[in-house]
Amino acid sequence: MALRKQQRLVVDPIACQAHGLCAELLPEMISLDDWGYPILAPGAIPPQARAHARRAVAACPTLALRLVAAADDAGHPGDRVV
Amino acid sequence: MIVAAVNSKELWYLTRGSGLMALVLLTASVVLGISQIGRLSGPSMPRFVVAGLHRNVSLLAVVFLGIHIATAVADPFAPISAVDSVVPFVGSYRPVWLGLGALATDLLLALVITSLLRYRVGYRTWRAVHWAAYACWPIALWHGLGTGSDSRVGWVQVIYVLCTAAVLVSLAWRLTTRWSASDVAQRTLAALGVALVTVGLTAWALQGPLRPGWAKRAGTPTNLLGGSSSSSSTSTTPTGG
Repeated sequence: MALRKQQRLVVDPIACQAHGLCAELLPEMISLDDWGYPILAPGAIPPQARAHARRAVAACPTLALRLVAAADDAGHPGDRVV
Repeated sequence: MIVAAVNSKELWYLTRGSGLMALVLLTASVVLGISQIGRLSGPSMPRFVVAGLHRNVSLLAVVFLGIHIATAVADPFAPISAVDSVVPFVGSYRPVWLGLGALATDLLLALVITSLLRYRVGYRTWRAVHWAAYACWPIALWHGLGTGSDSRVGWVQVIYVLCTAAVLVSLAWRLTTRWSASDVAQRTLAALGVALVTVGLTAWALQGPLRPGWAKRAGTPTNLLGGSSSSSSTSTTPTGG
């Protein structure tokens, strides 16, 4: 039951323009590479970081960061999971 | 109604004050929005702060615009209907200058609604609509100059000048920053457009609302002109509105 509700982050690398707001809001799970693009921590978002994850998703200026069900492998065609 | 109990003079003052506040907040919103595109940030001002401020200042501007419109409609002196506040150029009271306000309101509503429904409308549609911000701000200023009761008051003119300067500096920064995606020709064209609008609006303001007799030329209904003593709010209005 609890497993099914778990979510993970995906980023659309085409839409992402390296604004970097997500890494400011969710440093626990997102770091930036040398060019300012996000590197996401793999796996489900821990419960204590969920609210921050939602804020990070909402703050993305290009709507490139999204939350999907942790079990969902499909995601968006262009999504990159690192 | 609550507003019925309020003296119309107070309503009129509220209209004027909230209009000015809306302009100041819109200016802040434009400057913050441009800062965000230009990716301005610093140790004490991370990007999510700029983004959050942009969002909240814009919503606050909508609140003040709501007060501005509600009090203008409720005020019995000027015959402004609720329809006039959203449908441009149809009213009987200064149709052109009020119409510009209605136009700016419509643009702002489109901007805010598409922003709140960003995930629904999609990034491209949202971005396309958001370009309207560059039209909304000067139209709002034009409306203020054209029908603002206080456009000939010194400290209000200082606010106008400061707001214009703030937007122009942000635009100049935006057009020269390395983050600008557009090429040199586009940027030059945009700069020319900005310069034209600035010079045009300034020249028009000097010829029109900043000269005596503007209230009549602005399209104020004749029965409201001439300082009739029947209404308390008319005594100060004939010259400026």
